[in-house]
Amino acid sequence: MSLTEVVIASRPVEGKLRAEHLGMVFERDGTSMSVLEDITLDVADGEFICLVGPSGCGKSTLLNALAGFVAPTSGTVTVDGEVVAGPDPRRILVFQERGVFPWLTVEGNIGFGLSEMSRTERKKRIAHYVQMVRLQGFENSYPSDLSGGMKQRLQVARALAVNPDILYLDEPFGALDSITRVIMRGELLRIWQTERRTIFFVTHDIDEAVQLADRVVVLSSRPARVQDVLSIDIPHPRNISSPRYLQLRDDLLKQIGLAYTP
Amino acid sequence: MNSLTKPRTWEKLFWPFVTAALLLALWHYSVLWTGTKVFPSPLSVKRGLVELIHKNVLWRDIGDSLRRVALGFGMAVIIGIPLGLTLGWYPAANQVVNPVLQILRPISPIAWIPVAIVFFGIGDLPAIFLVFLSAFFPIVVACVSGVSSVPSIFRRAGRNFGLSPLQLLARVVFPAALPQILIGLRIALGIAWLVVVAGEMIAVDSGLGYLVIDSRNSGKRYDLVVAAMLVIGVMGLALDIIFRRLEKIPSIRWGFRDAS
Repeated sequence: MSLTEVVIASRPVEGKLRAEHLGMVFERDGTSMSVLEDITLDVADGEFICLVGPSGCGKSTLLNALAGFVAPTSGTVTVDGEVVAGPDPRRILVFQERGVFPWLTVEGNIGFGLSEMSRTERKKRIAHYVQMVRLQGFENSYPSDLSGGMKQRLQVARALAVNPDILYLDEPFGALDSITRVIMRGELLRIWQTERRTIFFVTHDIDEAVQLADRVVVLSSRPARVQDVLSIDIPHPRNISSPRYLQLRDDLLKQIGLAYTP
Repeated sequence: MNSLTKPRTWEKLFWPFVTAALLLALWHYSVLWTGTKVFPSPLSVKRGLVELIHKNVLWRDIGDSLRRVALGFGMAVIIGIPLGLTLGWYPAANQVVNPVLQILRPISPIAWIPVAIVFFGIGDLPAIFLVFLSAFFPIVVACVSGVSSVPSIFRRAGRNFGLSPLQLLARVVFPAALPQILIGLRIALGIAWLVVVAGEMIAVDSGLGYLVIDSRNSGKRYDLVVAAMLVIGVMGLALDIIFRRLEKIPSIRWGFRDAS
């Protein structure tokens, strides 16, 4: 417990990713609907953040705003002090499903963002990430021949291949079966520990959040505000039956109003 | 035959063969029973076909029809695909052009024949023009709907990797829309083959359509008429089979399966 706290404290004060007083209002049929309200976040370099909240509260909207796909109505998003004005290869968004390009092979997908690179460099990079997401032997396969878990690994590899600072993941394992999901969490942690990118991970799965994150950001129901930020002070690999794990999990369930009440 | 078991190869060939044989028998005996002097029996059609092959006109006519389709369809592809992609890419442009397109599209290419002759006189050109018209509209429409139905996830992923709009069109939108464009091209080719026959009955003196009309006009040779019709059918099928092979290309195949 104290070990992680030391690590967090030793991080530089200014964050990698900052959202300041972020607000988002959608106009629909003449009525305006506030989706995000006054969201302020500070994410350190290399940190693993999970974002949870009731379904439909605007998690994906927040992620899209952070990644630059939609402009916020008010407030700003900055990365390394630079205002985010649009999508950028330095920050890649991984979608829940159907994010890989079905007309390209595994190699073609991983190499998608590397067209500026020399042939040999590109080949090396592709081979490295094929290895990292354990898709060896499938280099020339098309996504239609891969399982759901393999497709998501491929999407992560395609994102990592362009060497981004930040990885945004929008419920990336949400469409997978529960066994595959557990395996994929382990894979993602392994990759995060070797590559040390900042990860911003949206999920609706409390266990997922407590197993993966350094900190869990809890959003309130719409209009979404930051309700709480929980530090998960358990070192990896996490024992999911330890009292501390269960306590944090319970705290989180309480936060979104799902705690067990006898 | 159980619908769950795959039919064996001999079954796949055998039953269509039986259907064809029954149809031929029906045709043959109908001609016998009615005692018609005009309509040919299958056997005289077969003799007509052999005669056409021996006189060497058949190959020339097939070649001429194919050439007109290739030119007209090729022009429609060269102009239609870029136009369709542009219209699909810029909805504002589509809103301007679409009404005109929708009015021109339902006009049968046959109705264009007088106009085609005014424009291009007599000869190959009006026939090619008709083929072009018949293929052009389905191709444009397929491209527009293909582009506009590309999932936004693909576009966003493409933009995320820093593609310029033109790169996005070439590397994401076009390949994503290609299966649907290909379906449009196949439909267009089928229509083009229908129309070239009609076009050849009016403005030219060669091709399979001309063969049909000429066989009737010069001596009421209905055996040759029906023989030419069969050749038209077989050629149309062959074109379609060749085109369907494109759907098997790996980078396109994904769009033709139930599951992606």
